[in-house]
Amino acid sequence: MTENFKIAIIGAGPAGISAATHAAELGLSHILLESSPYPANTIRKYQRGKLVMAEPAILPLRSAVTFAAGAREHVLAAWEKNLQQHHVNLRVGAQVVQISGVKGQFEIKLSTGQVISAEFVVLAIGLQGNIHKLGVPGQDLPTVQYQLDDPLAFEGETIVVVGGGDAGVENALALAQQNRVFLLNRGEEFTRCNEGNLQLLQTAIREGRIEPRVNASVKQVEAINERGFSLSLVVKTTEGKENILCHRVVARLGASPPRKLVESFGVEFPHADIMSVPKLSSQYESNVPGLYIVGALAGYPLIKQALNHGFEVIEYILGHEVELADESLLKAKLAPFLPSYSVDKGLASIQRRVPLLSGLTTLQLREFLLESEVFAPTPDEVIFNLHDYSNSFFSILYGEFAVYTEDNDGKEISFLLKEGNFFGEMGLLSGRRRTATVKSAGHGVLIETPRRSMLKLINSVDSVRRTLDEISLRRVVQACLAGSLKEDELDYLVHNATVRRYDAGQVLFNQGDKADGLYLIRRGSVMIVRMNEGKEEVLAYLPAGNYVGEKALISDTPRSATVRAAVATEVILLETSVVTEMLARNNTMRDIVVTRYREHILADQKINFKAQPDDLFKFLMQQGVGEATDILLIDYSLCIRCNHCEIACADTHGGTSRLNRAAGPTHSNIHIPTSCRHCEHPHCMKDCPPNAIHRSVNGEVFITDSCIGCGNCEKNCPYDVIQMATIDPNHEQRSLMQVLFGSFARKSQKTVSDVDAPKKAVKCDMCKDIASGPVCVRLCPTGAALRVGPESLSMTMRSNQPS
Amino acid sequence: MKRVSLLEFKHYRYFKVSGFLMAAAIAAYILDRPEPEPFGGTVLGYILGIASALIVVFLLLYGIRKRLTPRIPVLNKNVEHESASQRTTSTRAAPHQNEGRYGGFTLQGWLSSHVYLGGSLIVLATLHTGFQFGVNVHTLSYFLMFLVICSGFYGTYVYLYLPRLVTENMGEDTLESILLKIKDFDRFAEKRALQFSDEIIELVALSRQKTRIGGNFFQQLSGRQKNCPTTLAVQKLQGLGKGYSDDKLKSFHDLYGIMAHKETAVARARKDVKYKARLDFWLYFHAPLSIAFLVALVAHIAAIFFYW
Ligand SMILES: Cc1cc2nc3c(=O)[nH]c(=O)nc-3n(C[C@H](O)[C@H](O)[C@H](O)COP(=O)(O)OP(=O)(O)OC[C@H]3O[C@@H](n4cnc5c(N)ncnc54)[C@H](O)[C@@H]3O)c2cc1C
Ligand code: HEM
Ligand code: HEM
Ligand code: SF4
Ligand code: SF4
Repeated sequence: MTENFKIAIIGAGPAGISAATHAAELGLSHILLESSPYPANTIRKYQRGKLVMAEPAILPLRSAVTFAAGAREHVLAAWEKNLQQHHVNLRVGAQVVQISGVKGQFEIKLSTGQVISAEFVVLAIGLQGNIHKLGVPGQDLPTVQYQLDDPLAFEGETIVVVGGGDAGVENALALAQQNRVFLLNRGEEFTRCNEGNLQLLQTAIREGRIEPRVNASVKQVEAINERGFSLSLVVKTTEGKENILCHRVVARLGASPPRKLVESFGVEFPHADIMSVPKLSSQYESNVPGLYIVGALAGYPLIKQALNHGFEVIEYILGHEVELADESLLKAKLAPFLPSYSVDKGLASIQRRVPLLSGLTTLQLREFLLESEVFAPTPDEVIFNLHDYSNSFFSILYGEFAVYTEDNDGKEISFLLKEGNFFGEMGLLSGRRRTATVKSAGHGVLIETPRRSMLKLINSVDSVRRTLDEISLRRVVQACLAGSLKEDELDYLVHNATVRRYDAGQVLFNQGDKADGLYLIRRGSVMIVRMNEGKEEVLAYLPAGNYVGEKALISDTPRSATVRAAVATEVILLETSVVTEMLARNNTMRDIVVTRYREHILADQKINFKAQPDDLFKFLMQQGVGEATDILLIDYSLCIRCNHCEIACADTHGGTSRLNRAAGPTHSNIHIPTSCRHCEHPHCMKDCPPNAIHRSVNGEVFITDSCIGCGNCEKNCPYDVIQMATIDPNHEQRSLMQVLFGSFARKSQKTVSDVDAPKKAVKCDMCKDIASGPVCVRLCPTGAALRVGPESLSMTMRSNQPS
Repeated sequence: MKRVSLLEFKHYRYFKVSGFLMAAAIAAYILDRPEPEPFGGTVLGYILGIASALIVVFLLLYGIRKRLTPRIPVLNKNVEHESASQRTTSTRAAPHQNEGRYGGFTLQGWLSSHVYLGGSLIVLATLHTGFQFGVNVHTLSYFLMFLVICSGFYGTYVYLYLPRLVTENMGEDTLESILLKIKDFDRFAEKRALQFSDEIIELVALSRQKTRIGGNFFQQLSGRQKNCPTTLAVQKLQGLGKGYSDDKLKSFHDLYGIMAHKETAVARARKDVKYKARLDFWLYFHAPLSIAFLVALVAHIAAIFFYW
């Protein structure tokens, strides 16, 4: 028997709860399907006592559900109450595995095989993905759990942990303190967990604290009551079947991102990139008519947005026009510049004026504008300066803007950009300094869009991606080769260019290869290495904006060196035939390339005498120096291990040091403490729901107080430099007496210890608010600490030569 | 990445400054023909005395400067939009343009001047006294100054000499990681030892219980433990392997290997503790003595004016 509803809402997160509550409020026939045993599973998984924040503060809330910033427990309790009060038809433990049918007659299949039919479907399953279960009989027994909140809550039990990834290993290690622990791994070896966990695990196994079973899979779980045990497990290994009696199973098998599932419903994503969000109409309807997508899955990563969507989507389904919650915000944003227009008209006029934005859906445009700033610079105002580290993107709504830049000879050139044009894409795409100064020429209006919103757009709107790609190709070719290419010549080059991407360490071409073309480095950096007496030597390190491969091209000889990506790198390849033709046509370009060729040859000869000690170079690259804009290094031949750098950092930053001097690797007296590298493309920014991580003009990557403490950045940073710490906003100026005597006693503390106080992410901000620069470097008594960036790197490398 | 040491700072700037000061003082002292003889009360005496005292004040200020960290708001105000922050003009010049890009103050510079100017006191203050020493508060202050300076020289020596040794000794390890390894060795060894005689079990257990790393001040500095039970165990084990069957012998060699590894690790850990203690301990003389000296100096000056 199938049940029938008007609206089926899938996923009881904030978006789903809000939608269902509104539907219930209106008396619509509905069902709210939730795969986990409780509603709001994502919020339930936050750490205990976490302060749930209500960002963005300016966005008004419109939902049948109440929400204000508060402890996780309060928020959850309020929602439970809401659900009950409105008699929401909630069904937990109902995991949706398939949706078929069409608008008016959808068939929704649950993992239990049950089928539910509905006229409309609201998909609100968030981004957390579905936790993999054991997939065997007994997987849903109450003592079979897929999450472990507090390992110390269990004592004296026999516990089987399933899964050899980091989560499983960490759980097993923690549980082993007070319990007998078996760890089941599907493979022969524990290859899926990180080095640190692996070492701890091996020790624990050697000491018999954890009993491993490899090549093992669970075949069956059964509730029993035997000799004090409550579960019986049948485990299959290469040696045959084994029966393990235990009290508890903790399975950590990972989760599958929801994208595959969503695609199986027929929903299309415009791009393979993970940042890509499904294309939706202005009413949240996907390409499948009648199937609506809201919340985090639709690309809106915050609770308040999800709640608003839930309300709006029900209104849309009923065919109502609603003024969106963000309407007033948009109005306020646009009014000064498009006073006589309604928001809708204003949006349309923006799309007319700026062709780049014409491919956006209304929903995308709204989001784009909400995240952007519209402003009218005064005449001659500097928008950004050459060499600034900013990376936002500007579209010109009105007026003209002057671009000042230098050609390869250092001659200043300038040109005007008009209404409908855009600028700032180079900094955005390369992650490096601005390559030009831009000033307003007369009265104009600009839309300034932050990097994250722009990246989201690039990955969700094909036309934007194509346009930016082509423009950036042109500009890179122009910047690398010569400012003096004619338009049609540029066209020709760009038309014949191919973009190639390399992972760190991958080879672009090998010594001895035939020359296949000219490689313009658009993003990342490469190192040029040569074999010398059987050892690899690094000859040079080239950051984005340079090109390699002209030598073999001009002299028509095989490659004289190997070129390898130092970090993830993107190059633009111009093939030999294209380049030779161009060189024959354009004398200026020929001159430039030939001059560079001579320079390289001369430089090579010098380098031949003093090649870099290669393993030092490799070491630095491994540690992220290649993608750093500013990294803290310590010369361990001078460092007296006084930790004053840490103490000074902690003192400056409210008692929490943002660097760990002793941690981090050392190589031939160069030590890299655990501290932020201020990456060109900061990994930490990738997934910050309130967009609290920013980069300032000087390149410092910093976190603002809109941080909601979700810990994503901590996980995303490959160098482990972000910590979650309790922040004491009342840390006060000290008296002179404290200066003199207080710090004798004070140690640099890592974190304030109050466990339940709300935590926020903290990291090095390079003391960006202190005019004289980072205190770690300035307050090192012996001058052992220094900071380097890509420009000074090759210089510093040289000076490190044993003479 | 090779940095200049605090002695070489800015091409020996403060070496030059203090060299000049000392040369000038010596020249003046030789040229000066005071009546009845050179002493602290002549014009030159006063000049040198006051110059020395000013230098001392400067040297003391180092201790304060070192701890004067600027403070910034703990919370970065939320920039409503990333963009808003991007156009605000920055508070400082773009980094990386040059080496000393932040210009101005570095603690290394202060310490460099501290060391050289402190050293120059030997000449300036001595000439100030006109070599008139006695048993009085004046000479007490001079004596204390001398102690401070000597400890300072020693400190500078360890600062320059020890860091390399620390790195060499530790390699990729940290003290923490070595201690963890030692704990590991202990566990393996105790397990392995179970199959052998009581004597061996006892040796291994003692090594775990009684091996000391660190300890009190002098123990830290010595970097040794008298009759270290781990060394003892390794030595004694050498003679205890006789008469085992092949299998057992292999096990025994394993045990011996573990204990030998442990011995090396313990030695490295102790060395690290020793080095760090040596980097630290002299300052416990230098800093308090400098305060004592300050007190004596004030007494000296007060006494002078009192006798006037
Ligand atoms: C650690 C952390 C801290 C955060 N802190 C904050 C904060 O303080 N403030 C803030 O505004 N935002 C915060 N966020 C972001 C916030 O959690 C999300 O924006 C929000 O949960 C998104 O809501 P949603 O309804 O779209 O999806 P979700 O909340 O993820 O809800 C999706 C629901 O669907 C269920 N589901 C999934 N698949 C299926 C299926 N196939 N069938 C049935 N049900 C399914 C899931 O179990 C889940 O309950 C945080 C995120 C994390 C990870
Ligand atoms: C580093 C700082 C100083 C040191 C180490 C120092 C030390 C000495 C010593 C050892 C003497 C010889 C005492 C004796 O004759 O027995 C002396 C004499 C004297 N000092 Fe200083 N002094 C210092 C600074 C000063 C200053 C700042 C003044 C003046 C304000 C000063 C004024 C004198 C005078 C007037 C005498 C002669 C007193 C006498 O012989 O009776 N000194 N000093
Ligand atoms: C009268 C002379 C001197 C005085 C009053 C003096 C005073 C001080 C003071 C107050 C400190 C700060 C201690 C701390 O903050 O922990 C210090 C540190 C130091 N001094 Fe001196 N000093 C003197 C001479 C010297 C000399 C001659 C040298 C070297 C040749 C020297 C080398 C040092 C060093 C290396 C430090 C440690 C710096 C650090 O670790 O931060 N000092 N001194
Ligand atoms: S302040 Fe300088 S000397 Fe002290 S620990 Fe830090 S880097 Fe080493
Ligand atoms: S926090 Fe990590 S990812 Fe972010 S900029 Fe710093 S080093 Fe890079």
